[in-house]
Amino acid sequence: MKVKTKDFQKNSTKALVDNQLQIALERVVGHFDVARNDAVEEMTTEVWDRYRDRGREMKRHTIENLDHYLNLLSHRVERNGGVVHFAKDAQQATDVVLEIARARGVRSVVKSKSMLSEEMGLNHVLEENGIEPVETDLGEYIIQLADETPFHIIAPAMHKSKEQVSELFFDKLKTKRLTKIEDMAAVARVTLREKFLNADMGISGVNFAVAETGTVVIVTNEGNGRLSTSLPKIHVALMGMEKVVPALEDMAVMLRLLPRAATGQRITSYVNFVSGPRRRDDEDGPEEFHLVIMDNGRSKLLADPDLRESLYCIRCGACLNICPVYRKVGGHAYGWVYPGPIGAVITPVMTGLSNAKDLPFASTLCGACKEVCPVKINIPHMLLKLRTQLTQGDRGQRNVSCLARLGIWIWSRVVGSQLTMSFIRGIAVQLQRPFVTQGRLRRLPFPPFSQWTKRRDFPALAQRSFHKLWSDGLKHSEDPSRDRSKR
Amino acid sequence: MKASLFVTCLVDQFYPEVGESVVKVLRRLGVEVDFPSGQTCCGQPAFNSGFKRQAVVQVRKVLDLFEESEYIVLPSGSCASMVKVFSPGLFSEEPDLEERFNALAARTYEFSRFLVEVMGVTDVGARYSGVVTYHASCHLLRELGVSEEPIELIRKVKEARFVPMEGVAECCGFGGTFAVKYARISESILESKLSSIEATGADALIACDTGCLMHIAGAMSRRGMKVRPMHLAQLLAQGEIGEG
Repeated sequence: MKVKTKDFQKNSTKALVDNQLQIALERVVGHFDVARNDAVEEMTTEVWDRYRDRGREMKRHTIENLDHYLNLLSHRVERNGGVVHFAKDAQQATDVVLEIARARGVRSVVKSKSMLSEEMGLNHVLEENGIEPVETDLGEYIIQLADETPFHIIAPAMHKSKEQVSELFFDKLKTKRLTKIEDMAAVARVTLREKFLNADMGISGVNFAVAETGTVVIVTNEGNGRLSTSLPKIHVALMGMEKVVPALEDMAVMLRLLPRAATGQRITSYVNFVSGPRRRDDEDGPEEFHLVIMDNGRSKLLADPDLRESLYCIRCGACLNICPVYRKVGGHAYGWVYPGPIGAVITPVMTGLSNAKDLPFASTLCGACKEVCPVKINIPHMLLKLRTQLTQGDRGQRNVSCLARLGIWIWSRVVGSQLTMSFIRGIAVQLQRPFVTQGRLRRLPFPPFSQWTKRRDFPALAQRSFHKLWSDGLKHSEDPSRDRSKR
Repeated sequence: MKASLFVTCLVDQFYPEVGESVVKVLRRLGVEVDFPSGQTCCGQPAFNSGFKRQAVVQVRKVLDLFEESEYIVLPSGSCASMVKVFSPGLFSEEPDLEERFNALAARTYEFSRFLVEVMGVTDVGARYSGVVTYHASCHLLRELGVSEEPIELIRKVKEARFVPMEGVAECCGFGGTFAVKYARISESILESKLSSIEATGADALIACDTGCLMHIAGAMSRRGMKVRPMHLAQLLAQGEIGEG
């Protein structure tokens, strides 16, 4: 996907004034978070927390031994009759898929939801090569018709209203003007059923890949994952290299964590375990099974001990749903595949730090993401690490504005000594006088404070600092309330 | 018992009355309060902006000033997090310093936790006639894990009626430089917080961080909202015994 991370400021501002978008964000994102909370309460926080610890420990162990488990996975998939392709980046992964398709004369592809294919921008490449890709997750299908990118990791079209989808179907599918959601879903179902039956190849994402059995696990709520991976003759599964888990029993933990954190479900409607192509006595299944394992910048996260735990992410989207910033600016503002708090960590590393320098700073560091993360990823601490890398990076990148540098220089001088601080405050108290009304500054003419005072008052400096209050008598007064005459 | 007050720069410069209230409440409980002179900032603005080197300089000064103190009390969850959580991590390659910072961190307390955990007090003898609500500051809540202490203290204030707000743990949108760097987003987040405050019908908003209070109060006064922003210490210093 084209990287638009540089436009964060512009795109977030656009989102903030889009009323329809704001309504959608409040409704859908809020709903997800309530559902997650209910699901956690149902199993009790204590039990939930034990699962989180188990999940985290499993991910930690796997990521620390990633080479071993990827190797094991690869051998087991091949033993099951599948073919494994390792891809260094999105380009290589795309080439692999194209190669498979071309060699077999593939004309049409049905796709089950895959964020990895978004990294690759796969749909456009397939189209350019005369192959018709059809997204079969309803949300993804809508996005594909609208030629947009996913707005949310698990709810790609959540920003679209019913009316917008109706308009889109009218325009692209030549339907009547539908008003009921069920009718729109029915149209999509009929259209997609036809595509499933005629597709030459199915492409899916991978939620987990079990190393010991060579099994890929795909969870969906619409059953489209099952159809995409069993009807066509060829199944190509795309996975990020961090998706591997050691053993089948790990799924007992992960399949409890993922749906609850994502949608508040106890389990998703469809959970598919795919272990290679159809065997002789199988009733159905593809004749060929390919697993593409992609790096695409993940090894940069792996190499950095401060950021490594971002690879524990299971893409549930809980951090998006709780994030005060995501809840206001939505997914497109972040400018690449993965938005929200986890996106603000991995996108800069995967796409180039200096292209995405807004993302680590576009956070209040409130820590809500860390609190809801099913594998307890400490996102705010990693954002801080990235801020340091951006500001004082080892490559001497000048990624921070002159204003910020100047600000910190001034700050260092001022807070560097109490004497300087009280000297400067003496001047500032005089300077602020013409601007003060009722102890507040309503307008400050220079940045960054002018940004503050557009819609918020700024407090005026107190006439006497606490230092002064202390030395003026607070220090010796037994009870400061008796000393009020001095103020 | 002796406690050193680390008053924080916002209180020192903008809200000295908060520091005064802290001193008053602590003294009322029999704590001997000292105020190490020369203190300025905990280093958080530089640290949060990614200027590690500059943060380290400042953080070292904090160590020098407070290393001898029995307890260090801060009227801010955010600055207390800087001392307790983030400062030791800046010295992971200098084990001696890291250990000294860890020792300092162990004796450092945010104000409300100091009262409840160290002093073992929830009723400080305060009296306030009015309806109050409480905003849980993010660092206080999620870096320090202080959630119940301020509420326990508020509930024991005589004559005060406590009304919890919806989304008490949701950020107010301050985030330090975030508030000016991404002003539009910050204002939009703040908007939701203001609605929650308004819905409680409270006449005072209590928080344990002057950063959040400065942010919320700035919008409340701009809109003419009649809610009084108060640091928890100010509430607890109200109407002491004997004064009625």
